[in-house]
Amino acid sequence: MKLTLLLPLLAFVALGVLLKSGIGKDPTLVPSPLIAKPAPAFDLPLLADQEQRLTRDDLLGTRYLLNVWGSWCPACQVEHPYITELAEGGELPVYGLNWKDEAGEAKRWLDYFGNPYRANLYDPSGRTGIDFGVYGAPETFLIDADGTVLAKHVGPLDAQIFAETFAPLLTAEPES
Amino acid sequence: MTPTRKRRLYAVLAIAVGVSGAVALALTALNDNMLFFFSPAEVHAGEVPSGSNFRLGGMVLDGSVSRTPGDLKVRFVLTDYNKSVPVEFEGILPDLFREGQGIIAQGALSTGASGEQVFIASEVLAKHDETYMPPEVADALKKAEEAKEAAGDS
Amino acid sequence: MIPELGQFALILALAMAVIQGTLPIFGAQMGKTTWMNVARPAAFGQATFVTIALAVLTYAFVTQDFSVVYVAQNSNLLLPIPYRVSAVWGAHEGSLLLWVWILAVWTVAVALFSRSQPDGFIARVIGVMGWISVGFLLFTLLTSNPFLRHVPALPDGNDLNPLLQDPGLIIHPPMLYTGYVGFSVAFAFAIAALLEGRVDSRWVRWSRPWTNVAWAFLTIGIALGSWWAYYELGWGGWWFWDPVENASFMPWLAGTALIHSQAVTDKRGAFKSWTILLAISAFSLSLLGTFLVRSGVLTSVHAFASDPERGMFILGFLFVLCGGALLLYAIRAPGIATGGQFSTVSRETALLTNNLFMAGSAAMVLVGTLYPLIAEAAGWGKISVGPPYFGLMFFILMAPIILLMPYGPFTRWRSDNAGRLVRDSLPLLAVSVVAGVAPWIVWQDLSIRGVLGLAGGIWVMAMTIKYLLHVNRSAKSRWLGMPRLSRAALGMLLAHLGVGVFLIGVTMVETRGIEKDVAMKPGESFEANGYDFQFLGVNRVDGPNYQADQGVFSVSRGGDVIAELRPEKRGYSRGGQIMTEAAIDPGLTRDLYVSLGEPLDETGSWAVRVYFKPFIRWIWLGALMMMAGGMLAASDQRYFREAAAARKARAAAQGDGEPAAQGDEAPAAA
Repeated sequence: MKLTLLLPLLAFVALGVLLKSGIGKDPTLVPSPLIAKPAPAFDLPLLADQEQRLTRDDLLGTRYLLNVWGSWCPACQVEHPYITELAEGGELPVYGLNWKDEAGEAKRWLDYFGNPYRANLYDPSGRTGIDFGVYGAPETFLIDADGTVLAKHVGPLDAQIFAETFAPLLTAEPES
Repeated sequence: MTPTRKRRLYAVLAIAVGVSGAVALALTALNDNMLFFFSPAEVHAGEVPSGSNFRLGGMVLDGSVSRTPGDLKVRFVLTDYNKSVPVEFEGILPDLFREGQGIIAQGALSTGASGEQVFIASEVLAKHDETYMPPEVADALKKAEEAKEAAGDS
Repeated sequence: MIPELGQFALILALAMAVIQGTLPIFGAQMGKTTWMNVARPAAFGQATFVTIALAVLTYAFVTQDFSVVYVAQNSNLLLPIPYRVSAVWGAHEGSLLLWVWILAVWTVAVALFSRSQPDGFIARVIGVMGWISVGFLLFTLLTSNPFLRHVPALPDGNDLNPLLQDPGLIIHPPMLYTGYVGFSVAFAFAIAALLEGRVDSRWVRWSRPWTNVAWAFLTIGIALGSWWAYYELGWGGWWFWDPVENASFMPWLAGTALIHSQAVTDKRGAFKSWTILLAISAFSLSLLGTFLVRSGVLTSVHAFASDPERGMFILGFLFVLCGGALLLYAIRAPGIATGGQFSTVSRETALLTNNLFMAGSAAMVLVGTLYPLIAEAAGWGKISVGPPYFGLMFFILMAPIILLMPYGPFTRWRSDNAGRLVRDSLPLLAVSVVAGVAPWIVWQDLSIRGVLGLAGGIWVMAMTIKYLLHVNRSAKSRWLGMPRLSRAALGMLLAHLGVGVFLIGVTMVETRGIEKDVAMKPGESFEANGYDFQFLGVNRVDGPNYQADQGVFSVSRGGDVIAELRPEKRGYSRGGQIMTEAAIDPGLTRDLYVSLGEPLDETGSWAVRVYFKPFIRWIWLGALMMMAGGMLAASDQRYFREAAAARKARAAAQGDGEPAAQGDEAPAAA
């Protein structure tokens, strides 16, 4: 076999190795620096009634999911049925962080798709989102009873991701 | 050497010269048209060679976009939530340019009126997807966040 | 229940494809006719099941079945019916199904139109295509199932990406995929020839019309994409050297080389080994394009959602298929006889030069596209390669092709006289130089590329027409005053003419186009190249699933109103995406193009793009001519005549062959 005939194959293998190196550099897979740290303090009006406010410290003592969403976000609709299912399961309260949204739009969205959230924090400017390091909706945080961020998921949530990312952390008893 | 051999040798030589010429040319052209990507923090750290064209990525800071009335000049601030760089652009912004959105601007640094560094953008890129974050920007944000964390711990 | 039928059909199609990929090939290697005969029925069966799956998905879209996740993500109650159908291929999963379906259709076409060829060879060809089907069906079923359910059904869907709600996008992907997938035929023929171990020029003759048709589809697919980007993305560019565009352009370049190298192998028996390599490359580059678009390895304005798992799958598949093909090539190529001696000045050399430069261009685009990846792997930091790299390199690599191309048809096979060729072409060479230099004198500011581009375009067109007239003079029989050229030759000339037209278009747009971003108040006007664009104001209009700000512009020249342009800025109700809809007044020698930027202040003034695009239609007209040329060449009578003759010969052989076959078996039985 002439060696030159192997050249195309070798070139192809080199190309394959290069392409392989490029796969899976998914920026969203990197864990958040917030994990195992206290959740950023927040003090935000409620979406349903902006006269009322909710702070991080109000929620101390419960372990909950904080789901970042917006009515403008298509991927939020994708995960919405699963969020609803989770909330209806009742084991874990789900709070919403309505992020960079307009209250009227957001309420219409909830009327249309249903409102699974125990309460919705209204963050039109996105400041609290920034504190949480939110890159884009949807994102979901699991926050412990003592206010520590246990886990974070970027992108639409589904049963499989929940089972892999959040469920293992739920077996531990909440510290109270 | 037989005539056929001679001819073949010339052909091989010609191809070899042509190929190496093309490769050399391609590499030069690549180097001339290579655009590096920097984050606002890297700009502040002085990592950008002066006068060079590069791409700057970050989030458009909320409330930072301002227009000069009557023409197409826009100013806004790009941030990685650690450091920020003011940007000037003249022209039409892409449809998905919004405050709080991750974008990439292409251009060069220049010194503004009050001596601060301003990025003069020749092009502003945003992807046609709401939930999209340019990976470079996400990366830059992540680094900035880690840097902030490190600073906070010490 | 119906979506499950679709998935079931896909699983059955996979089973059929496995049969199609195994039995016929083993049968051919071991000489078992019954196994070889499975090839056609298996291909038909596979195609039937894939068609059912595609029909089921289309049905789900048309009936708005939002219990199917893919439908819910890409359709919407307000979406008009034609877009519901095109939404089938509006995102990753469905477009993959379309890919698989087109592959099945090509396979069926090969099965139907190959009756004249030896059973063993065709069994291998269909078998190889079966393996490609297996790969893509597995990919669909394992990583990208379009029939995934969502229970309970969503009340409404997300809407199709507004960018894709456009007539151009209804036909662009099917054309492009038909081209991509069509190269699998040439690939399968090449692999079958290697498997058979008898690499002669027969397989090349048979695969030529297939390659031409695939190339024609790819040409028109790319042109449609460019046309769509021009009017839909709202900034008036027609080519961006974006990774996804490059992904479709690389197989085109390799395919163009392949067409020319096949011509040499068919007519003169030379370049056999090289033709095989090109056939493998063209299809590998098609697969590579699919990989780049769907793996998220490179960022691009129109990549599909990235998914590492999918990327790994395609890469693995690419590795098995192309790695295997190249290994087979390395093993079998030494047995390929070199044939067809030719001298330095000959049509063979001309076509070889074409091949070298086309392959060089493909390599150049590949390097530029993957350079960011190389730089990242080497730790040089995050970089991107600017379009000027491609522009410059392409100019340098294409200039010799443009100069030499018109000589191709004039040059004789085997050996010719360089002096005669140059002498005969001198008058037209002079005309072309004048055609390039004269505009430079008139306009003053024409760049060197502009001068060369215009000269090159005129040169190619003039020489091609000259060849037509030259043949006309020497040909004895004429038909309606036209020379009785074969369709293959006419197709080639038409495609070459298209290159000239394309070149004029590109050169004019790039050097004489005007692009201005301006701030305009209602009542103000802006002048570009003698055209007066007056901004009359902005109205509010409602579409079926969007609201829009519609600008009104009146365009006049010398006081006469020639067009009213109404560009729109649309906000789609679902997802809140904003879309710029440009308004264009098209013309053969110029397009007038206006698009809205954003409102600037309270006085009603807007940022507006005003473009004057001379001869831009020639770009797509040229591509259209290339496509027509490819189709015409594929329809050459020679292929049909030879097929008919071969069929007759086989029929005759079979007629008295049956007793002979029995006689063959008799000794074995005894």
